[in-house]
Amino acid sequence: MKQNIWTRPLYYVIAFVVASISLYPIFLMIMSSFKPSNEIFMNPLSLPKSFSLEPYRNLLEQVPFMTYFYNSVVVSVTAVLLILICGSLAAFYIARYTFWWNNALFFFFLMGMMIPIKLGIVPLFILMKDLGLTNSLWSLIFIYTATGIPLSILILTGFFRTMPIELEEAARIDGATDLRILWNVLLPLMRPALGTVMIINFIQAWNDFFFPLIFISNEMKKTIPVGMLSLFGEYSADWGALFAGLTLSSLPMMILFFIASKQFMEGLTAGAIK
Amino acid sequence: MNTAESQVKAVNKPAAKTKTKRKWKRWAIHLFPIPALAIYGLFIVYPILAAFTYSLFDWDGLVRGAFIGLENFQALFSLEPYKELFWNAFQHNIVYFTGQLIAQNGLAFILAFIIYKKIKGAEFFKIAFFMPRLLSIIVVGFLWKLILNPNFGALNVILGKFGLESLQKAWLGDPDTALTAIILVNSWFGLGFAVLIFLAGMQSIPHELIEAATLDGAKGWKMMSKIIIPLMMPAITIITVLTFIQSFEAFELVYAMQGSQGEPYHSTDTLAIYFYRLAFGGSSGGGSSAIGLGSALAVVLFLFISVFTAILLYFMRKKEVEM
Repeated sequence: MKQNIWTRPLYYVIAFVVASISLYPIFLMIMSSFKPSNEIFMNPLSLPKSFSLEPYRNLLEQVPFMTYFYNSVVVSVTAVLLILICGSLAAFYIARYTFWWNNALFFFFLMGMMIPIKLGIVPLFILMKDLGLTNSLWSLIFIYTATGIPLSILILTGFFRTMPIELEEAARIDGATDLRILWNVLLPLMRPALGTVMIINFIQAWNDFFFPLIFISNEMKKTIPVGMLSLFGEYSADWGALFAGLTLSSLPMMILFFIASKQFMEGLTAGAIK
Repeated sequence: MNTAESQVKAVNKPAAKTKTKRKWKRWAIHLFPIPALAIYGLFIVYPILAAFTYSLFDWDGLVRGAFIGLENFQALFSLEPYKELFWNAFQHNIVYFTGQLIAQNGLAFILAFIIYKKIKGAEFFKIAFFMPRLLSIIVVGFLWKLILNPNFGALNVILGKFGLESLQKAWLGDPDTALTAIILVNSWFGLGFAVLIFLAGMQSIPHELIEAATLDGAKGWKMMSKIIIPLMMPAITIITVLTFIQSFEAFELVYAMQGSQGEPYHSTDTLAIYFYRLAFGGSSGGGSSAIGLGSALAVVLFLFISVFTAILLYFMRKKEVEM
C-alpha cells in the first residue's frame, strides 16, 4: 500500500502523545510521594529536591497502612486459591463428563458473567449480616470467590477440553481416582490457564473498592482501597502523605506487571475475547 | 503409581471392599461442582433473585414490612424528588456511555490501528497505554482529584506554564465540566484495555484477505470500512457491550471524585450512585422506604442493562461476517 510520507511520523506523534498522557500522571504520583506537602504546593511539577521519605512516615503514622496491606494480601490470596480449587473441580466435571445436565450447569455458571452483582448489594449485605460476616475478611473472600467463579470455569473448561483424553486413561486403568487424575495428571499441564485465572482474579480482588465499602467499617479490617478512603477523608491537607498512600497502594501491582507484563495483558483480555 | 504395583494391591484387597469403593468413587465425582455451586449460588444467584422480591415490599430500615406490589416502582417514577433524580441520573449515564464510546473506544481504535501497522516500539506503547488499568479505580479517582485541584493541581499549573491561564478551571467544581472530566478520567483508565481488544481483533484478520483486497485496489478508507472493520466486528461488539454495561454501572469513580451526592448539585449523579444513596445513604429524602425504592431502582437498572445488552448483541452480531 502506498502511503503519504507524513503518515508514519503522524502515527508516532499520536502514539507518543497518548503514551505520555497515560504515563505522566503515574510518574507525577510517584515523584510527588517523595516531596513534603509544602514542596508539592510550591513546585507541583518539578522533581523532588531531595528524595524525602517524610510523606511515607506521615502516611504510616496517620493510617494503619500495614494492616490494610496485610488484609488485602489475605483476602486476595485466599480468594484466588478458593477460585482455583472450586473452579478447576467444577470445570473438570463439566468438561470431562457428559451427564445430561452438564450443558445446563455450564450455562448456569456462565450467566454469572452477565449478572451485574452490584445491583444485588442490598440482599447481599443483609445476607452477610445474617451470617455474621460483616466486618470480617471472609465477606470479601466469599464475594470475590463467587464473582470469580464464572469466568474461571469458562477459561478452565475450555482448557480441559483441549487436553487429550488418553492422558488420563492410563491413570484410570491404574485405578486412580478423579481427584488424583485432576491433581497429578491434568493440573500440572494447565499452568498457563491457571496463571490467567490467577492474574484476572488477583487484580480484581486487590483493586476492588465497592464491596469493602459496603461490608467493612472496622478500621482494622479494611483493605487498601477503602483504607485510601479513610486517608483522603481525614488527612486531605497532607498531599505528600496522600501521594505516598496512592503510590504504595499501586506498587505491588506495578511490580507484578513489570515481572510479567505479557501474561497480565493476555490474561486480562483473555476473559473478554473468549 | 505404576501398573504392576496397583495390580498387586488390587489382588490383595477383599473383593467386596473393592466393589463398594468403586461405587463410592463413581458417586464421588458429583461432589466436584458442589463447592463452586454453593458459593456462586449463595453469593450471586440468591442476592440477584432476592433483589427482585425486595422491591415488592415496604421496608423500615433493614426490616421487611408488608407486601405492597409495585408501589415502590410507582413512587420511583411519579413522586418527586425520586422522579427528577432518576431522569437526571439516567441522562448522565447516557452521556457517560456516549462519551466513553468516543473518547475511549474511538481513540483506542486509532491506537490499535497504529500498533497494527507495526510501528517500532509497539510493545512499549502497549504497556504504556495499559499501565493505568493496573491501578485501583479508587486510586485513579483520588489521583485525578489531586491533579484537577483548582489551586495546586498539576493540570492548572501546566496550563499556566503554557500561558493558557484563561483555560484554568475548577474542573470538578463546575457543573459544566465535572461529568466530562470524570468520563475522560475513566477513558484514561480503560484505554489500554480497549486497545488490546481491538488489536487482537485486527490481528485475527487473515493476512491473505488484506493482500487480496490490496491487489484489488482497496486502500485508505475503503480498506478500513469494507475489509478491516467488518472482519473485526466481534472485537467491536465486545468492547461496545462492555462499555455499555460499565457505563450504566458507573459508581466507583464518581464516588471517589464527587462523593455519594454526585457533586456539584447532582451534576455527576449516576443511577448506581443514586441507588447507593437510596439503599445505604438515606440522605436524599429516602426515609423508611429507601431499601424498597433502592431495590426497585436496582430491578429497573438490571432489566434495562439486560434488555439493552441483548438488543445490542443482536444487532451487532448481524453485522459480523463469517470468515
